[in-house]
Amino acid sequence: MMRVVAWGVFLLGCLFFLLPLVGMTEFSLKMRRGVYSFDAYAAVFGDPAFWATFGYSLALAAATIVVGVVLVVPTAYWVRLRLPQARPFVEFITLLPLVIPAIVIVFGYIRMYNTSSFLPLTGSALGTDILLTMGYATLALPYMYRSVDTGLRTIDVGTLTEAAQSLGAGWVTILARIILPNVMVAVLSGAFLTLAIVLGEFTMAALLNRPAFGPYMQLLGANRAYEPPALAVIAFAITWGCMGLMQLATRFAKHERAKA
Amino acid sequence: MSFLSLSHLEKTFGTNRVVKDFNLSVEKGEFISLLGPSGCGKTTVLRMVAGFETPTSGGIVIDGQEVTGLKPNQRNIGMMFQAYALFPNMTVAENVAFGLKVKGVAKDKRDARVEEMLRLIGLPEMGGRYPFQLSGGQQQRVALARALAPSPRVLLLDEPLSALDAKVRVSLRNEIREIQRELGITTIFVTHDQEEALSMSDRVVVMNGGIAEQVGAPFEVYNRPSTRFVATFVGTLNVFDGAVTGPQSVTLAGVPVTLAEPVEASKGATVALALRPEAVQLGRVEGADVVLPATIESVEFLGSIIRVRARAGGSVVALDTFNRMDAPPPAIGAETEVSLHARDLIVLAG
Repeated sequence: MMRVVAWGVFLLGCLFFLLPLVGMTEFSLKMRRGVYSFDAYAAVFGDPAFWATFGYSLALAAATIVVGVVLVVPTAYWVRLRLPQARPFVEFITLLPLVIPAIVIVFGYIRMYNTSSFLPLTGSALGTDILLTMGYATLALPYMYRSVDTGLRTIDVGTLTEAAQSLGAGWVTILARIILPNVMVAVLSGAFLTLAIVLGEFTMAALLNRPAFGPYMQLLGANRAYEPPALAVIAFAITWGCMGLMQLATRFAKHERAKA
Repeated sequence: MSFLSLSHLEKTFGTNRVVKDFNLSVEKGEFISLLGPSGCGKTTVLRMVAGFETPTSGGIVIDGQEVTGLKPNQRNIGMMFQAYALFPNMTVAENVAFGLKVKGVAKDKRDARVEEMLRLIGLPEMGGRYPFQLSGGQQQRVALARALAPSPRVLLLDEPLSALDAKVRVSLRNEIREIQRELGITTIFVTHDQEEALSMSDRVVVMNGGIAEQVGAPFEVYNRPSTRFVATFVGTLNVFDGAVTGPQSVTLAGVPVTLAEPVEASKGATVALALRPEAVQLGRVEGADVVLPATIESVEFLGSIIRVRARAGGSVVALDTFNRMDAPPPAIGAETEVSLHARDLIVLAG
């Protein structure tokens, strides 16, 4: 009896999540009257603005991932190695972007880095891109930090560091050749989550007036009927693709099996 | 002048003095064991030599170079850890080559050295494997090869055998000692296992409460312990109270005994007299200085050795006899005698 109830709850859950997706996908295929077609998808892929905004967001996502890795890996490593007592504080800091709305952060940025400030980043496209990258890195911080910290938990950071030091390695070598490769799967998890956040982010990009994928999706949604659900399906496919890549990375990381 | 010199080393964590005025001189090629119970400071001394802990005071000199202020990666010291500490993302060969690569050794020389090291540890075919594909013993051999590959001045072993099963531990300790002798590398070995320390070392440092209680050859430490702690920690010991009757004589359970060495106590004082189990014999032995009536309390069959506990002279005496097929162990409760020689008695200080 319990088994039947469990399966019932499971199926109900599946329906709750899948029905809207099925409905949305079905609607996205109805652009041509009376038959199913991929016209909406063709229209999206045929739009140069799609590729321009998608490419822009992809580039910024890559920059955000680099900033995130450079910022988070040494920090999480150092906290675990030398400052374990600071861990609750650092965790609190990394959680702040979840409770502070993006709009607050971006208005703070605009106020701090406007054209009449000491560092007028908003005065140029490159400066604004840097600012947006920093904003994305802040938004992705909770996910990146948690991923990397979980990865560090699976290795004996202290002993590996001491072993490397006794062999003559300095901090940069230890981080680049010992720590980073051993938490690569965790870093990739964080990186894919960062990619998903950057591709879907609207507030910061819109308020900093940058041609990102988020504002493009919003613009399309406000003006078209069939293309927005097609775009949503594409966005889902990208996110799921990222999750699949995360699984693949875990499976094919040879040395990771040792930790399992 | 000694190759490695630790002088007046002190280490304090907060208010806890973990190492107190520790002094040690090690000759080139010597194998020294730091032996002691948990928390005695032996690992802290090793970590100070490695550079992972900074001494509160005192100095460390290696081959004439003051290294106290140097970082661990500047000391040219090899280290083996209890938890192997092989880099999981690297193959065996890459692990062994790591120190050489950091030093900037050319690839052809590096490859040759890796091959040499893998042959030395008896794993020449394992270069392409990852650490998780090796057994514990093999991993620790690779850790040894990795530590030795950059030709360190000193090799530090931090309880490297503790995580291994008994059989592997014995074979690996022999291998480590053989390799150490072959290379003539100065080695400091930290262990809490007295058998390991006694069987492997040129000299043993017995530590307690942050100080070196005794430094000496295994034979000397075992047979002539200088303090009560050393006597009780290294091996099993029977301790009797003896009443001093003269400069070199005492009474033991009422029997007058002339000792091999003078006693540093006044007449009438009580001294602790220690005796190893193998120095006590079951039954009346011709020429024994002391023969006491005894009752067998327990018998432990340990294979080649039978350990008997008997109540004699008001205390329980442990004694070891060799197992012999024609002589079954004594029965519990049996009335017998135990014999001992005055020359085997150790007067304990401290």
